[in-house]
Amino acid sequence: MFKTLHKYASPMHFHALARRWSTPLLWLSAVLFAAGLAGGLVMAPADYQQGESFRIIYVHVPSAWLSMFAYMVMAGAGAVSLIWRVKLMDALARAAAPLGASFTALALATGSLWGKPMWGTWWVWDARLTSELLLLFLYLGYMALQSAIDDRRAAARAGAVLAVVGVVNIPIIHYSVEWWSTLHQPATITRLGAPAMATSMLIPLLLMALAFQLLFFALLFIRARSELLEFEQRSLWVRELLGQGSPR
Amino acid sequence: MTNELREFFAMGGYGLFVWSSYGLTALLLVGNLVLAVRRERRVIRELSRRLPVGAGHDPA
Amino acid sequence: MLSTPPASLAILRREMLRLYRRRGQLMQPPLFFILVAVMFPFAVGGDENQLRALAPAVVWVALLLATTLSLEDIFRGDHEDGSLEQLVLLAGSLPGACALKALAHWLSTPVPLIAMAALMSAVHGLQNETRTALLVSLLLGTPVFSLVGTIGSALTVGVRGGALLLALLILPLYIPVLIFGAGAVRNATLSMASGSEYFFLAGLSVLAATLAPFAAAAGLRARLV
Repeated sequence: MFKTLHKYASPMHFHALARRWSTPLLWLSAVLFAAGLAGGLVMAPADYQQGESFRIIYVHVPSAWLSMFAYMVMAGAGAVSLIWRVKLMDALARAAAPLGASFTALALATGSLWGKPMWGTWWVWDARLTSELLLLFLYLGYMALQSAIDDRRAAARAGAVLAVVGVVNIPIIHYSVEWWSTLHQPATITRLGAPAMATSMLIPLLLMALAFQLLFFALLFIRARSELLEFEQRSLWVRELLGQGSPR
Repeated sequence: MTNELREFFAMGGYGLFVWSSYGLTALLLVGNLVLAVRRERRVIRELSRRLPVGAGHDPA
Repeated sequence: MLSTPPASLAILRREMLRLYRRRGQLMQPPLFFILVAVMFPFAVGGDENQLRALAPAVVWVALLLATTLSLEDIFRGDHEDGSLEQLVLLAGSLPGACALKALAHWLSTPVPLIAMAALMSAVHGLQNETRTALLVSLLLGTPVFSLVGTIGSALTVGVRGGALLLALLILPLYIPVLIFGAGAVRNATLSMASGSEYFFLAGLSVLAATLAPFAAAAGLRARLV
């Protein structure tokens, strides 16, 4: 088992694996999107408190989950690359950053679009929202650092340090903002999200979450392929690959 | 039928918020896919131009 | 081993000497701080009560910005003359050296700024309790600025336009300090106790002191090796 792990950690094998899997993942995700949208937009009943506006949950919650998952991927890959110096992990971390940033931005935007009709305001300085905003800043900082450092290897390792520092900081930031906002926010805003969801509402949410997740992996694979080619441009396998399939 | 459709798009008065959320999501997901694929094409094009011809081992 | 006491003292002495030689530059953060703090009354308008209410927040933010501007210099001089590579390759304890760098930065930038803040709080018309809370919270919280800033400085060493990038990376991480620091001062203006805020600030400083030097060392290694 360890041997297979080692094999797929090699850039060449992972590149082949990512090439094989990205398209099937995309199709699977498209099917799940269709099912999730039908369930969420048509079949699920309107919420008895929030009416039809609750349907934003089906895009908002999956993107919020992914925004955190992508950070875990980025920081986890970064930590592994710092400890064991696995090139593949550098590529994965760099590939995850723009995806995570875009899903974080999406979570913020859809959250605003949900908050406006429900809370009457586009934005509140609540712990969850503020932490999500900070997550976006962390992603953007990571990407700015990547583009500022010319040497790809050094950039990836510096980014890994930054991502791990971010992991330590996110809970601290979250809890300090929570402490701050409970002291200084008038408690007029009721939290969204009922504790128990009806099954007909929950199933589309799970379908959508899975669709987002699979799409994320497909996108991660495609982006990681470009990163691997760039990281490994001097190696034989990249030359062979490009010599064969280049559109010249 | 048209009434039902109109009701569906109105989303109980929240149509603007619901549909702009879904529209943004669609835009972002498709955009992500397009950007990722275009980036891979660009990388392949640039690398195959930069690599000297015959420098690698020819598999054929 | 550079981690032995005489060697650490040597590093610290060298740092302070280097800072002393550039003492003209050392005046820049305090000047910037005063200028930002002086801008605010003009923006707020003539209402003294409003100004007094905003003053703690203004002082904290101005101090944070002035400190951030100076972070770039922590490793820049050493990088330019090549001694940074020597430090990374030869230092017995690179995290220890980073901790000393942070200490030198704290002594050279936030500490003079805190003295300026005492001055500015008189100008902004703060009461005695408020001023005490401001100074205590600054003393407890600013070590985090220097320590976490050392990580940012290590990551951006030798990068074009490093100062702005450094600010982008570091400012989000300063938010907890800002929350508790400004909160302590606000409590004092309302004649409430600020004990819990002080503990949080001290806790953040201790946490930063234990972890940040290792992260800064890892950052330097990532950039230079």
